[in-house]
Amino acid sequence: MMAEPAAPRGPAAATSREAGPLVRCEDLKVRFVSREGTVHAVNGVSFTLDPGEVLCILGESGSGKSVMLRAMMRLLPAPIARISGRVSVAGRDVMGLDGRALGDLRGAEVAMIFQEPMTSFDPVFTIGTQITETLKRHEGLSERPARQRALELLELVQIPSPARRLDSYPHEMSGGMRQRAMIALSLACKPRLLLADEPTTALDATVQIQILQLLRRLQHELRMAVLFVTHDVGVAVEISDRIAVMYAGRFVETGPVRAIIHRPQHPYTRGLLASTVHGAMRGRRLEAIPGSPPNLAALPPGCAFAPRCRHLELACTTAVPSEMRHGDDAHMVRCIRATPR
Amino acid sequence: MSLQDAIAVRPVAEALQRAQAGKSYWSRVRERLLADRITMAVMALLASIIVIVLAAPLIATHDPTVGSVFARLKSPGYQGHWLGTDEVGRDLWSRILYGGRLSLLCGVAPVAFALLAGGSLGLLAGYRGGIINSLIMRSMDVLYAFPSILLAIAICGMLGAGLVNTILALTVTFIPPIVRISETVTAQVRSFEFVEAAQASGAKPLSIIRFHILNNVLGPILVYATSLISISIILAAGLSFLGLGITPPDAEWGLMLNNLRQAIWVNPLVAALPGAMIFITSMCFNLVSDGLRSAMDVRI
Amino acid sequence: MSGEVLLEVRNVKRYFPVRGGVLQRKVATVQAVDDISFNVRCGETLGIVGESGCGKSTTARLLMQLLVADAGTITFAGRTVGASGGMDVRDLRRQVQMVFQDSYSSLNPRCTIEDTIAYGPSVHGVGWQAARLRAREMLAKVGLDPALFAARYPHELSGGQRQRVNIARALALEPKLVVLDEPVSALDKSVEAQVLNLLVDLKRDLTLTYVFISHDLNVVQYISDRVLVMYLGKVVEVGSVESIYGSPRHPYTRALLGAKPSMDPDRRSEQVTLTGDPPTPISPPSGCRFHTRCAHAEACCAAVEPPLAGDGDHYSACHMLITGSGHSAAPCIAA
Repeated sequence: MMAEPAAPRGPAAATSREAGPLVRCEDLKVRFVSREGTVHAVNGVSFTLDPGEVLCILGESGSGKSVMLRAMMRLLPAPIARISGRVSVAGRDVMGLDGRALGDLRGAEVAMIFQEPMTSFDPVFTIGTQITETLKRHEGLSERPARQRALELLELVQIPSPARRLDSYPHEMSGGMRQRAMIALSLACKPRLLLADEPTTALDATVQIQILQLLRRLQHELRMAVLFVTHDVGVAVEISDRIAVMYAGRFVETGPVRAIIHRPQHPYTRGLLASTVHGAMRGRRLEAIPGSPPNLAALPPGCAFAPRCRHLELACTTAVPSEMRHGDDAHMVRCIRATPR
Repeated sequence: MSLQDAIAVRPVAEALQRAQAGKSYWSRVRERLLADRITMAVMALLASIIVIVLAAPLIATHDPTVGSVFARLKSPGYQGHWLGTDEVGRDLWSRILYGGRLSLLCGVAPVAFALLAGGSLGLLAGYRGGIINSLIMRSMDVLYAFPSILLAIAICGMLGAGLVNTILALTVTFIPPIVRISETVTAQVRSFEFVEAAQASGAKPLSIIRFHILNNVLGPILVYATSLISISIILAAGLSFLGLGITPPDAEWGLMLNNLRQAIWVNPLVAALPGAMIFITSMCFNLVSDGLRSAMDVRI
Repeated sequence: MSGEVLLEVRNVKRYFPVRGGVLQRKVATVQAVDDISFNVRCGETLGIVGESGCGKSTTARLLMQLLVADAGTITFAGRTVGASGGMDVRDLRRQVQMVFQDSYSSLNPRCTIEDTIAYGPSVHGVGWQAARLRAREMLAKVGLDPALFAARYPHELSGGQRQRVNIARALALEPKLVVLDEPVSALDKSVEAQVLNLLVDLKRDLTLTYVFISHDLNVVQYISDRVLVMYLGKVVEVGSVESIYGSPRHPYTRALLGAKPSMDPDRRSEQVTLTGDPPTPISPPSGCRFHTRCAHAEACCAAVEPPLAGDGDHYSACHMLITGSGHSAAPCIAA
């Protein structure tokens, strides 16, 4: 079994090697400034994403993962949110784009799907209208071909009776179907990058697994890069090639999915995996991470996880640990105790 | 737009709230209010108006009801009349002071009574729901259908002019909107789980209303009520203007405005004074109400 | 006392009318809970699992009498609730308490933690001083230092701490049975483990009985002794946790267990266990409510509703297991 890793990256990586990474994010920082105080939501995130690769951002509430995703598309309100750092998608610097160019990027090159599809759809327009509107805006199609494409998209995401659904309003569909419609809408212009913010969290278990399998299949077929944000370890395992564990606005560990799941190095990752409940733990006491998630308005000066870490040393509290490589290139840990194997 | 609206990301909002550790909701409201310089300035102005007006017997220079045929419509400064005289020679300064007492009374009293009566009715309707809610709200709708000025005129017309009738008419006019907002807010709070939890403890409805619901709904109702005060002042002035409210020879700003109407060509400054007082006072109440609302917008 | 039946639910129904039109006439009915029956034994943890629309939250509220059943009886410690000569609702609320899902909206934002916890005992005649003392004791029991937390407000606490306060509030009345409605669903995973440990400790120290409602199969498997599976207002399977998770009989239970995300990157889920979305409880399918999504559905499934049948402690409502039901997979009548 170990000889054949199921890596959907294969064909995509071959064609893209000449282009380099699709997404390059350097030292992204986001602060929210208000009269009650400053909240440091994202504190220096750097990563690259290759075409066709799925990177999963795993973190709990308060880790800054949703904020980071929105910052990358500049979806945060300007005066309150202060963004610094560089984000480039397909070679273009997102932070420097003007309104029109940003609008061209959003929807066409980069698509985003959210947790609650009800509030992401406009309730007064049908699904068909919203998809065709996107197609007209970005691809310049006229009404008839756009509608035909919309129908194809709904079939692609396996919505039953797609022709009828084109004329349905969002509130007439169930949660799972709305999420499929949202995926169809996001794929309308064949984006190269999909940003997904906890798209399955609000769904029932039986629907969640269908949507995850659908996403995996579509991502593989369309060779789309995906940045998937979630708090559920199981979902991350199901869908990602690489996992980045986020805590208090920083990546504390990144690496291939197998490395993170089987050989976690950072105490937080280890704690997270150990405390994820499953039936085999029945009868035994759960290993909980002590303490509470950090207060983003008042972060400690050193490592943000220090107050909850059982391997605490003095050096942890003085400076934020830098990223250390563990083992091969791809596995990075932000902890002074990590040993480069 | 508040920060919480803008990002809709709960953990960031929680982090900000935790920065306000150890304080109850009302003390934070007070803090925000004290920090709001404009509202504080307006409140100071309003307070001084009220104090001056209440001190009328001490600082009035003349009897407000005594006129003089020779000293009609004189400009400010004439023979010891600080603000001049009105169309029958009465001292304007004294009339403004005494008139202010009645105008302010007609502004605050109806709202206070309506708050008591309407607030309770709305609480009852919002908490009980069902038939009782329908009964109360639909009856209020009947009253609400009338424009407030017409309703006030109709009631005053039926009962006759005078201070008590004016206050009564205005109270009835304000009960429907207060019931409406009280019911809305109560129904909203009632749907929160902590009310369910209180019921699950076995508490009786009255205890739940007193302990859990009241301190959550008081804020919005109070803000709305203070915004009604300015309307009440204007309505009372309007009623007197039409001859239905306060009767001569009592002074009241609206009445004075009516009487001095024709004098606008003779002595505009004097004629404009009562109107200016109505405007200033009701603007002050309006601004205070706005300030209260934004101070209470501490999202919890 | 352990092992005896503490709570008995018999044929309980609860429907909600859907009103529409100008005169707000009843246009449809949400059959939230339809003729369910189960027992809760003293000292056990009964887990109730199901997806949205299955009626588990409605069941929780029916147990607490926050909703009144349209039909059926609920019996606590042998006394029927609501019947004359039985137990009245106020008494029931001393014995049965509930922990809610949303720790945020289940605490009054204008009251201190101490007052929130002390309110329950004060309503039952305990004076305020004594009630506050009891509140502090409970805070200590759930792991929150009273000196630090008693005078705080809910917005100053984290999600896990608020949930502990909820638990303290429920226990302040010293109930025998605690209904937990998705108590850890809204919490972060790192905090979930803490709260689960706390619940297990409290159950042991205070000899409580739990009814644990959740959509998270892993958590239910960890904490329950017996499990009840609900679908669209009906009980489809009930049994000990080992038999439900080890050898599930009902197709829905099997689909639910198969839908859990895998924790092994090399063994990802490839097959779809169940297609489509759960139907709404407004006009549920005829016969067996699951037949529209079941891979093994036959004519008899759409016609007749299967009763709960089984052996010993493991029951399920499926025609495939009932002798003589007409289903091709049903066991034959012994000759």
